[in-house]
Amino acid sequence: MAAATRIRVPATARRGEIMELRAIIMHPMENGFRMETNGEYVPVHIIHTFVCRYNGAEVFRARLEPGIAANPYLAFTTRATESGTIEFIWLDDDGTFEVAAATVEVT
Amino acid sequence: MTSLTRRNFVVAAAAGATLAALRPARVFAQARPRVVVIGGGFGGASVARWLRRTDDGIDVTLVERNARFVTCPFSNLVVGGQRSIESISFGYDAVRRAGVDVVQDTATAIDPVARRVTLQGGRVLTYDRLVLAPGIQLVWNGIEGYDEAASDIMPHAWQAGPQTLLLRRKLEAMDDGGLVVVAVPDNPYRCPPGPYERASLIAGYLKANKPKSKLIVLDAKETFSKQPLFQEAWKNLYPGIVEWRPKSQSGRVVSVKAREGVVSTEFDDLKPAVANIIPPQRAGQIAIALGLDEGKGFCTVDPRTFESKVAPGIHLVGDAIVPGAMPKSGFAANSQAKVCARAIVSLLRSRPVEEPILLNTCYSYAATDHGFAIFGAFRPGDTGLIVDIPGTVGTSPLGASAQDRALEARYAESWYSNITADMFA
Repeated sequence: MAAATRIRVPATARRGEIMELRAIIMHPMENGFRMETNGEYVPVHIIHTFVCRYNGAEVFRARLEPGIAANPYLAFTTRATESGTIEFIWLDDDGTFEVAAATVEVT
Repeated sequence: MTSLTRRNFVVAAAAGATLAALRPARVFAQARPRVVVIGGGFGGASVARWLRRTDDGIDVTLVERNARFVTCPFSNLVVGGQRSIESISFGYDAVRRAGVDVVQDTATAIDPVARRVTLQGGRVLTYDRLVLAPGIQLVWNGIEGYDEAASDIMPHAWQAGPQTLLLRRKLEAMDDGGLVVVAVPDNPYRCPPGPYERASLIAGYLKANKPKSKLIVLDAKETFSKQPLFQEAWKNLYPGIVEWRPKSQSGRVVSVKAREGVVSTEFDDLKPAVANIIPPQRAGQIAIALGLDEGKGFCTVDPRTFESKVAPGIHLVGDAIVPGAMPKSGFAANSQAKVCARAIVSLLRSRPVEEPILLNTCYSYAATDHGFAIFGAFRPGDTGLIVDIPGTVGTSPLGASAQDRALEARYAESWYSNITADMFA
């Protein structure tokens, strides 16, 4: 699966500051309850897990369910501790995953 | 805008008594009933005129702070440079000639028990029925950083007048090749198709005068009013000029830094040459100060009388109410005003209130010779909200000929002269 993702990480932050992080993935989030015209169900196809890592350490994780709408958008916060990379990972139940990353300079 | 907060706005209700417990006092049969209308826009001016047209035995006072009313409908033509602000400005002489006592002042206090309105100038008006038509106010900092000072740099132009001209001047001053951004809030807001009409008319100006420029509509929503018609027009009339970004494509503006010229969405920072920020809105402050919105931003009314659900004896029409299936439009306000005026006369004369039908048509211009409309008829629904009458709601067809679009543009003009004459001529 090749999905479009968008992320937002502040370019700079002061040490100890609460940073807001945002992430969205363009994904149909098929819930498995919709029918095709032939009467068969469209199979479930969702992002089941979202993880955010800050310099390798997990700072946020979300389990997504079939009831969540298409293009899931998550905004959450974490404390700025050191300069480095923030990674966003979406796990698809077709076995693939998407990664996006950005750096933050902490002063 | 005056700062009328809940704190400094005097509500002289008895302690402990809720507004809902109040009943308007009986009108003495021999006295001339008195109605006070606050706000002289589409809703208020129409109520005042239609009260007098329905029953000239009623004394009507209209309180309006401005000497002239500038209509939001057709103000996008001023932004686009196709019309003058004078051509959309109206005075109250004809309203006075119709027997309405027009007072240029601001209401500072309402006493719903004694049924008294106090004006800034000191005058005190008593009423049997009060109508509030305060329109909308902009929610400053509803978009982070967007306050009144920011609107001098990034105009909203969502209350017609100086802001309309400011946006026009900024477009005129922009170099060819500049980026124009129109930021649209989430529902509910005044004039649902208005931002897209504005984008179209600005695009028309850019195409003719600054063809290397671009316009991006940053939208906090996923769909919008008359969307297929607008998108068809943008494709045909302004290819490569207009881009629409819905919320899911990082379209929602979350903050601005006006002095630095930065407009930020959830995932992007833009630096447009001209930014038109239309912020979130709520009912005019006088309705909020009285608590008529129940903390929800807009006021619920009885759809047969337009009487507040919170404060009997106080009616509301126009953009300040929760209009159910109707949009917040000048046409809708005028239609509600007619129903409200007839209901008030019935109530004052102890006659049964009629079952109303309400109407709306919103014309939009994609260019001065390219118009289309959304229309519908409405009635009070079982849930107490206004609902549409099945089969009456629709829009102009897609793929219509240039002649048909030109005809609809003329209908729009005709609508405008008729409705403004209904109020101001």
